[in-house]
Amino acid sequence: MAKVAKSLNEIKSFPKQTRIALRNCGLIDPSNIDEYIARDGYFALGDILKNKSPKDVVNEIKESGLRGRGGGGFPTGLKWELTAKEKSDRKYIICNADEGDPGAFMDRSILEGDPHSVLEAMAIAGYAIGANQGYVYVRIEYPRAIKRLKAAIKQAREYELLGENIFGSGFSFNIDLRLGAGAFVCGEETALIASIEGERGMSRNKPPYPAQKGLWGYPTCINNVETLANVSAIFNMGAKEFAKIGTENSKGTKVFALAGNINNIGLIEVPMGTTLREIVYDIGDGIDGGKAFKAVQTGGPSGGVITEEHLDTPIDYESLKEIGSMMGSGGMIILDEDDDMVKISKFYLDFTQDESCGKCTPCRIGTKRLYETLEKLIDMNGTPEDLEMLEYLAKSVQKTSLCGLGQSAPNPVLSTLKYFRDEYEAYANRTKRTAYFIEEDVCIGCTKCAQVCPVDCIEGEVKKPHVIDPEECIACGACYDVCPVDAILKP
Amino acid sequence: MLVDSILNHYPKEKDYVIEILLDVQKEKEDNFISQEEVKKIAYYLDTTESHVCSVLSFYTLLSTKPRGKNIIQVCKDVPCYVRDDFNLLKTVKDFLGVNFNETTTDRIFTLETTACIGCCDEAPVMRINDRVYKNLTKDKAIKILKEYRGNDY
Repeated sequence: MAKVAKSLNEIKSFPKQTRIALRNCGLIDPSNIDEYIARDGYFALGDILKNKSPKDVVNEIKESGLRGRGGGGFPTGLKWELTAKEKSDRKYIICNADEGDPGAFMDRSILEGDPHSVLEAMAIAGYAIGANQGYVYVRIEYPRAIKRLKAAIKQAREYELLGENIFGSGFSFNIDLRLGAGAFVCGEETALIASIEGERGMSRNKPPYPAQKGLWGYPTCINNVETLANVSAIFNMGAKEFAKIGTENSKGTKVFALAGNINNIGLIEVPMGTTLREIVYDIGDGIDGGKAFKAVQTGGPSGGVITEEHLDTPIDYESLKEIGSMMGSGGMIILDEDDDMVKISKFYLDFTQDESCGKCTPCRIGTKRLYETLEKLIDMNGTPEDLEMLEYLAKSVQKTSLCGLGQSAPNPVLSTLKYFRDEYEAYANRTKRTAYFIEEDVCIGCTKCAQVCPVDCIEGEVKKPHVIDPEECIACGACYDVCPVDAILKP
Repeated sequence: MLVDSILNHYPKEKDYVIEILLDVQKEKEDNFISQEEVKKIAYYLDTTESHVCSVLSFYTLLSTKPRGKNIIQVCKDVPCYVRDDFNLLKTVKDFLGVNFNETTTDRIFTLETTACIGCCDEAPVMRINDRVYKNLTKDKAIKILKEYRGNDY
């Protein structure tokens, strides 16, 4: 019988984790505000409204060293300060819950497992910058998160933790939901603003930055779900305590979503500075099926691959950039020896060229051409010159696109080209076969293939290697399916 | 009319256009937004038809063409690809006898692909309407499709 673990730390994947953003996920009933309050929920908000000035709040977040968890890593305190400085009678707080990176589900889990932590943080941020209205922009692909958020907002209003004159302080704050309808680019802040305004979700030029002119032209502060989930915990534990966790420039913890070929799939939260080796082997329990590790893809379609040689790099915003990937929002896809890097890159480009909003030419056409070049290579119609073109075009798209989506779209190609160029070259040098082929030294002459071939193009004596006539073969694959020793190669 | 009753729930403000479009589409048997409805929405929000159309055509989850009663969306992103050892998309295609972005002749299913729906820990997945089906195997996927088909006969 399996051993019953009496605490989380008895489970192999837990001791190396520190749960701050996920502190309540799985422990409380997210649909019951009392359970959140029992875990010190809304205590930070009450304390701030009674005892602290907006300036104190901004300073405390600055002191904590918290940086944006959506991928950019911009210091949260500075963002709040910039928005607070602007003089305007209307300001807005937006929670960016348009999590769209393939392989990322941190925000979904926080919204589903602890929605009040995000609402409380939005109210705190609103007080700090002088906003009375907040929006949560959440993608409609997350129906359960939407349901939980709606219920949480309703409960918070009933408890007068949102609404007019909160805690009798004179501060009023309301939150509404806005839904995304399937456009990845809306995770980019200017596109997100356009979408909330009821426009096409297309990026806008920066500057002016949202902190100066954001939603409907008013100063707006946009924070990611996970960033906000850290906020009330920072006030409850103290900024100094929070800043003790992590590395010199990246404080606190980061939630990662482990996906792909790894034994322990799911969400983890580790202090910044944990190495990938610890994540993959200690927490993730190694590669699925005992295969060899090949790479980790971080940062989704905007990131890159990290290979064996960098497994011991302590993870923070800067170190990942240095090795050609990025923190991203926290998706980690673990790839094993059997995964084809060229095909993986093609998947990402298929994604970005599809999600490009179409406003600027480098992204709209550049990503499409990159995709087509990869397709050509995979279809074995490519040449070594295509690789040079691929690299040149990728760099051009990176340098000339309008927003982050285009600027980072070539990253998966560039990073796999850097570490797995041999795989690209193998494709470029392969010529196209149109027929199936029997490997002479593997074939045992069982005759099964010859019996099933619908066009009788396989010949050979019993117990001797068989041969397929490439002129006659219709590439139906019947022989491939029956071969007991895997002697047949696909075209 | 359906559109009017939905519109009455919303303030006459342009920024609700995406929510309104999503709502109208959801309530319709054939899951799309017609030219007639665009007209009504534009009139209600005091904006142009071209503005409503520009929004409608931008977002992937909104459709201008009639679709089936059930929308099947197969995840096409890397985490599902890495864990999909039986080719989910092909399995669904073969079962329905349609290509992606097509509707079955009985108008019960439309097959689409979707960007990541954040269930990578239980890949491969597909979504039918509002429900996500996870940890799929070939048999499991076919069983689910059969159940949907059965409900409609």
